[in-house]
Amino acid sequence: MGVVRGLLTLVMIIAFAGVVFWAWSSRRRKDFEAAARMPLEDEPSDKERS
Amino acid sequence: MENQPSTYNDQVVRQFALMTIVWGVVGMAVGVLIAAQLLWPALNFDLPWLSYGRIRPLHTNAVIFAFGGSALFATSYYIVQRTCHVPLFAPRLASFTFWGWQSIILAAAITLPLGITQGKEYAELEWPIALFIAVVWIAYAVVFFGTIIKRRVQHIYVANWFFAAYIITIAVLHIVNNLVIPVGLWKSYPIYSGVVDAMVQWWYGHNAVGFFLTAAFLGMMYYFVPKQAQRPIYSYRLSVVHFWALISIYMWAGPHHLHYTTLPDWAQSLGMVFSLMLLAPSWGGMINGIMTLSGAWHKLRTDPILKFLIVSLSFYGMTTFEGPMMSIKTVNALSHYTDWTVGHVHAGALGWVGFISIGSLYALIPRLWGREQMYSIKAMDLHFWVATIGVVLYIASMWMAGVMQGLMWRAVNEDGTLAYTFIESLNATYPYYAIRLLGGVLYLGGMLIMVWNVWKTIAGAERPVAQPVVTTVSA
Repeated sequence: MGVVRGLLTLVMIIAFAGVVFWAWSSRRRKDFEAAARMPLEDEPSDKERS
Repeated sequence: MENQPSTYNDQVVRQFALMTIVWGVVGMAVGVLIAAQLLWPALNFDLPWLSYGRIRPLHTNAVIFAFGGSALFATSYYIVQRTCHVPLFAPRLASFTFWGWQSIILAAAITLPLGITQGKEYAELEWPIALFIAVVWIAYAVVFFGTIIKRRVQHIYVANWFFAAYIITIAVLHIVNNLVIPVGLWKSYPIYSGVVDAMVQWWYGHNAVGFFLTAAFLGMMYYFVPKQAQRPIYSYRLSVVHFWALISIYMWAGPHHLHYTTLPDWAQSLGMVFSLMLLAPSWGGMINGIMTLSGAWHKLRTDPILKFLIVSLSFYGMTTFEGPMMSIKTVNALSHYTDWTVGHVHAGALGWVGFISIGSLYALIPRLWGREQMYSIKAMDLHFWVATIGVVLYIASMWMAGVMQGLMWRAVNEDGTLAYTFIESLNATYPYYAIRLLGGVLYLGGMLIMVWNVWKTIAGAERPVAQPVVTTVSA
């Protein structure tokens, strides 16, 4: 059991690092910038505003 | 695609939005009643249906599931349509979730005063009602995920991730914690026994806090804060990372409700460590919300909606700092079973959940009824200040009462006997119960100002016009 727990902890740490790496990779930058603006562009009137 | 209706389905959003306010007033009024009962016990009028033990679960169910739940249904249905650029999937099923949820609330309001209860905190409702909750909740999941599946934008907006996590997790928690053997129409026993039952209950209980009262309201925050500030989210990357961290860590924090019980020591320590870790993803969300306002700070001076939203994030930050501290075993030895816990919960409930819901509703209601803004900006401002003073009085009095109780209960004489009787600590608490009652009355008063303002806003509106679905396809 001890080995399984240790490996599971390792897998979790790698998964977390993976999410961080994924989120900060430069390929995401443009998509994320657009996503961050989504609430501002969901009404017809928003288009006129921007 | 071409056959899709060209307007959003806001009927069910309007229904849930109005019932949020109605249940808010009812649930908080019951809260004021039980706060007054602690001060003047005669207020139960010697009627079993009005006794504290039966009315308190009515209060918690009404504010969490009726007020908070209706607010979440309303905002999640609104947000998922706007950020997926499609109307709701299965509109009749959505309508069923409204009528189903309201009938569950009515069933709770009848059975709890009658003393029909499972006796588990936040999971009191007996098995026939619990069964129906599961049905309505699965219908909710079908509507929500159906809308996500037919979306016309590629990206699933972060608010929807929070709502999705909340809907899935609440389904799992509710079903597992309600596995019971019925022995009559209104009586059942859990399939778990002893400390396993307690652990399942607090695995449920703390994740109800983590997913119902936190993740879902963060979904609300991630839409209405950028919307109201007219600024993009401060860091979308941070929102992704803190989402995954938050939902993975919350799952394990439950054992901190069972410190110094017969739960094995290692499980208690595990709960404490995970609770401490929760500080990081919680503050990730708070910082992301508050920093979204950077460059638009001046709006805080004039916009009462932003005041509600930003102060709610401050209370969220305070509560999620206090929570991990209270989960430390040595601190918990002082705080547990005292009114400090009650203060902590209400900092989260009144400050975070209440304020984010009120702010979002003030932003939502004019949009739903085709008005430019709420009828009275001044009344919103007044509501904000009355409610803020109410929360501060409430939590400050409960902090003082709680620490005092904890110290009195652990004080011993030189020969090892207790220095105080329980009744002495109760006597010393009375002044704080009075201050808490005042805080609760102020908070309820703020809700009544809101009722008037919403009434005026809606009464002056034409028949609500359905809003067209946005056709731009953003990447």
